[in-house]
Amino acid sequence: MTAIDMNPPIGHIESPGPPRPSRRSLIRLFFGDFAASCLTVLTAALLISMIPAVNWAVFDAVWTTDDPSACREGGACWAYIAAKFRFIIFGVYPPQEQWRPLLVMGLVLAMILASLSPRLWGTRLVYAWVVAVAAMLVLMWGGVFGMTAVSTSNWGGLPVTLLLALLSLGLGFPFAVFLALGRRSVLPVPRLLSVITIELVRGLPLVGLLFVASILLPLLLPAGWSIDKLGRTLAALTVFAAAYLAEVIRGGLQGVPAGQIEAARALGIPSWKAVWHIVLPQALQKVIPPLTNTAIVMVKNTSLVLIVGVFDMLSASRVAATDPAWPSPYVESYVFVAMIYFLICFGISNYARWLESRVQARSYR
Amino acid sequence: MTDHPSCAIEISGLDKWYGNFQVLKNIDLSVAPGERIVVCGPSGSGKSTLIRCINRLEEHQGGSIAVNGISLNDSLKNLDAIRREVGMVFQHFNLFPHLTVRENCALPQILSRGKRRKEAEEMAMHFLTKVRIPEQANKFPGQLSGGQQQRVAIARALCMTPKIMLFDEPTSALDPEMVKEVLDTMVALAEEGMTMIVVTHEMGFARRVADRVVFMETGEIVEADKPTAFFDTPRHARTKNFLASIMH
Repeated sequence: MTAIDMNPPIGHIESPGPPRPSRRSLIRLFFGDFAASCLTVLTAALLISMIPAVNWAVFDAVWTTDDPSACREGGACWAYIAAKFRFIIFGVYPPQEQWRPLLVMGLVLAMILASLSPRLWGTRLVYAWVVAVAAMLVLMWGGVFGMTAVSTSNWGGLPVTLLLALLSLGLGFPFAVFLALGRRSVLPVPRLLSVITIELVRGLPLVGLLFVASILLPLLLPAGWSIDKLGRTLAALTVFAAAYLAEVIRGGLQGVPAGQIEAARALGIPSWKAVWHIVLPQALQKVIPPLTNTAIVMVKNTSLVLIVGVFDMLSASRVAATDPAWPSPYVESYVFVAMIYFLICFGISNYARWLESRVQARSYR
Repeated sequence: MTDHPSCAIEISGLDKWYGNFQVLKNIDLSVAPGERIVVCGPSGSGKSTLIRCINRLEEHQGGSIAVNGISLNDSLKNLDAIRREVGMVFQHFNLFPHLTVRENCALPQILSRGKRRKEAEEMAMHFLTKVRIPEQANKFPGQLSGGQQQRVAIARALCMTPKIMLFDEPTSALDPEMVKEVLDTMVALAEEGMTMIVVTHEMGFARRVADRVVFMETGEIVEADKPTAFFDTPRHARTKNFLASIMH
């Protein structure tokens, strides 16, 4: 190193750098004015008030025991979760066949991982999903390839939650696109049909729709016709998802400038191709955050199916908690199920944020 | 088109209304093959609407338009044929922001002409080279400057091998330092004999390139003449006023 190298460039002025936070400014941060002081005191009070809950969940908790009576102390009974884990996850699915729903969940996870990168999005991935979902249903049903048949009334737990969420969103999405396009159509008939469908479904609570699907629909069907209860529930969830997704997608469609369609028309691109290749991709990119929101809401909405007697994860956990051998561990059940829901929804939300930043980074300055 | 009609564009008695407001009043204009027309006029004079009627981005209510002998009527087949003949460049570029520059040029060929991808991409690179930005092919429009985006838009239109090019204020949305690169591209195109109608306020471009300058005001063609005559000895008072106002 030579002395010349160490000379600062001409015109360079030594910068003092940003001011460092001092101890005084930390005090000012917490007790700078009346509002800050109030917030600090409130936060401290809140933290102190949580001490019993932490004690219950961690320090007084019973983690492992084979003896349910050991759980009568006043701490959380996590041993109960360990004992009922299989039941909460798989419901009343025959225990010796539980490798099948396990495989289904593995398949779901693998397919989701394979679909994460937009680079792989295309018709091939759609076909892969169709095949994978068919395989999942065959695995659950059985009755072929030497697997014993398991009727849908015996399906339960997390696989049912996952299948309902995936299928209602997956089947609802194409419907939603048509409804959204229909609602913006200049042709009166598709527009009217779309408006009626969307407003009718959005005007009903999901619980109402589920009752209609599970109780009214079988009465209305001609004699001899019957659709599986799980299938009817799925239909209600799909229609519900479609109506909400449609409104989100419509918002995206409205955000695509008119100039895009004009350019496509001037280039002679047929209008439906322009919608598919030019308008829809841009519309969907614009609504990633509200689409994520709807997806998360739909995952959690699947828990409502318990009121029509479909045995999803939440139902399974409630049934598990009725075991008289254990001292009513409802809170533990709900905390455990809540954690699973949280993991799923937090995953979706993080993925969506990544997707959005990726889209923004490449398209806009 | 193998035969050469005497007129590339024949507009006669064109009327257009927005509601009760008449934007175009009895417009007559014929453009010969290879001719370069510059249309100017104050904002709201109907000049953009006029060229947007030619490829039916706007519908007209009276009069007739024919492009290379194909008349613009309710026949979708004719409209399709006309859009094949006519390329358009917009004020705000209207590139597809979700596609790379190369895709912007290639996809329309695939969607509207049914070309194979390889062929379309070769064509895209050919015209991107021609507008001197082949190195930007893999970028997205949002990553380019305004001038570069407009040159991509020109390349995209040229990829459809149009016989006529319409330019709707192609430099109005650009920063001043980028106007020249776009105008240079347009001059090069003009020198190759492309039939062009250019709506612009760039009077230097008009003087240099135009065969005829058309001045419009309140939906009418006030004056149309060769650039030298138009700029040096305008006949109408309205033209003189307009020229005085834009020359400062």
